[in-house]
Amino acid sequence: MLVNPVKRTYLALESWFNISFGTQWNPLYHLGTLSFFLLWVILVSGIYLFIPFHGSLAGAYNSVEYMTHDQWYAAGIMRSLHRYASDAVIITVLLHMFKEFASGRYRGFRWFSWFTGVPNLWVIVTIGITGYWLVWDELAQYVAIGSARLMDAIPMFPGAMTRNFVAGEMTDRFFILIEFLHLLGQPLALVFMLWIHVKRLSNVEINPPRGLAIGTFIALLVLSLASPAVSHGPADLSTMPQVINLDWFYLNIYPLLDVWTEGQTWMLTMGITLLLIMLPWLPPKKDGAKALVDLEHCNGCGLCFEDCPFDAISVQARTDGARFETEVIVHPELCGACGICAGSCPSSNPFRTPKGDLKTGIDMPQLTVDDMRKKTNEAIAQMDGDTKILIFGCDHGLNVNRLDSNDTKGIRLMCSGMLPPTLVEYALKKGAHGVMVTGCRHNDCFYRFGNRWTKMRFEGERKPILRGRADRKRIRVHGGSETDKNEIEIDLNAFRAELVKLNQTEKNSSGKLN
Amino acid sequence: MFGHKNKPIRYALQAVNYTIFMALIWYFATAPSIRVLAEDEAVITIAFAHAGELLEPCQRLSGEELAKLAPNMRKLETCPRERSRVIIEATLDGKTLYSETLQPPGLFSDGGVDVYFSGSVPAGKHDFEIKMDDSVRKEGFNNTSSQVVDLIPAQIMLVVFEPEKGFVVK
Repeated sequence: MLVNPVKRTYLALESWFNISFGTQWNPLYHLGTLSFFLLWVILVSGIYLFIPFHGSLAGAYNSVEYMTHDQWYAAGIMRSLHRYASDAVIITVLLHMFKEFASGRYRGFRWFSWFTGVPNLWVIVTIGITGYWLVWDELAQYVAIGSARLMDAIPMFPGAMTRNFVAGEMTDRFFILIEFLHLLGQPLALVFMLWIHVKRLSNVEINPPRGLAIGTFIALLVLSLASPAVSHGPADLSTMPQVINLDWFYLNIYPLLDVWTEGQTWMLTMGITLLLIMLPWLPPKKDGAKALVDLEHCNGCGLCFEDCPFDAISVQARTDGARFETEVIVHPELCGACGICAGSCPSSNPFRTPKGDLKTGIDMPQLTVDDMRKKTNEAIAQMDGDTKILIFGCDHGLNVNRLDSNDTKGIRLMCSGMLPPTLVEYALKKGAHGVMVTGCRHNDCFYRFGNRWTKMRFEGERKPILRGRADRKRIRVHGGSETDKNEIEIDLNAFRAELVKLNQTEKNSSGKLN
Repeated sequence: MFGHKNKPIRYALQAVNYTIFMALIWYFATAPSIRVLAEDEAVITIAFAHAGELLEPCQRLSGEELAKLAPNMRKLETCPRERSRVIIEATLDGKTLYSETLQPPGLFSDGGVDVYFSGSVPAGKHDFEIKMDDSVRKEGFNNTSSQVVDLIPAQIMLVVFEPEKGFVVK
């Protein structure tokens, strides 16, 4: 199966990080939370810096110099942490975008998160730009004049901002406005926009794993000590700085102003922004059929509500007069069609209605729980040999039909999380010697929590649990992407070998009993 | 896929990753540097706000005209809102440095224009001339200034227009 080169590149990078960090700490699985962590570092260091900072044209530069040199061991380190964490957040945000793009997690029902995420980059960059103003050194002067030129080019503005930066015109009032923007206005806007950004997600995590946070902080601290952030010479509006050491993470647009007009520069930045914002519809993606509730089989337990990764299910008072207090409803516009809800429904039990159609409380029209049971029966009937292995595989990982053989059959699911644990038990009871479940790589589920919920259900940590009567030795869970066929095959062969031994042991023990 | 089994190797690999991450940050936080101005260059900046003259002069109303107006609307003069375009030309050693015709902004073309130009020039002595035509009712440039300027490298020579003094070089 062909994997597009962008995704292949991403998966290769992900594999490398999995080797060095493990799936638990892989930074690519925590880019959002890592960005939040860096924002915390920026916030805390920023609050510290605000205390000795002198918010005036005459005092700003000297106060920053005092922090950098006289109090290098405290405020100096804080300044460097503030600077480097700000740079790091650009990298994590861009990687976050690249990851979502490469793995196709930006289209269809996910458009909202992408659409609201792109402007966050703008806010972060503009916070950085106003931050550079506050040092009021030559770099600040360069950035201030460039920013003013860009603002003046916008027709709705009166066009006089640049004149603030000619000798003798700049006032404390304007400087304090920038300070207010950097310290309060822009951060508040960012918090609000981040809240919007995660609005369509449930169980939102904002903290990265502790080990990753500690490692990142130590790395930033080491960099801050090894190469402290320093200023240029003081701003002087009667002279032009000749050489500028630019922070390319934030200020990359300014050198363009030396060769392009302000209008062209705006066109480029707005063009890139518009292109990014419109990506979910280039081309649009049609989601699968949305989950449907069957109130006749729903007791309103709310497990699907708790498991839905996209807040697409809510619980409300019963409307059909049944004896239960609540029922669930699906919001189709939020539904990702992952089927995790079907996997979580206690009614999705294949042992119910052994002869008729299996109905459940919440189901996926394109692959019902009844379909899964039928496919399970068919697959078991088709297999022969002493190690019949049924593989339930998520379609966002490896296509499990590529592993089909005489004694191995794959059943493709939308997500590993849509597999009811009782179906695993059912498969073993109906003649499968082993059941393997493959999903996305661990901690990197396409639908956020599918493989996590599956693992927790199998380990008895999350309802509906895999019952004790299902032999754990005959169940294997392997996370892997579509490029991990070799690894999955190696694990499948190992599982097969274990099943042979297990069959032998059971044969021997039953022989002894006889 | 749970990472390298040997813990020390795993931590060493993590250290390598963190080092690459920090090296990227360290480098691009300040480099590559850019040269904004050549060593032997200075900058001439022309920056001021100015309102062009009214397109038509104000008219004094006759007693008869005033009588036709409501008492609270009576003013001795009535003035049109529209202002003239402003033409600016600056030359350095006879060569055009800046030349622009600025139209008055606003729905009624009654606003003042913002003049801003900034450009690098070789440092040293130059003949600098600037002229402005801010009235369609008069022929030619009605405000001019010329002088020899001596620019030192990196200096920003600021040219403004003050209604009482005319062009002022700072």
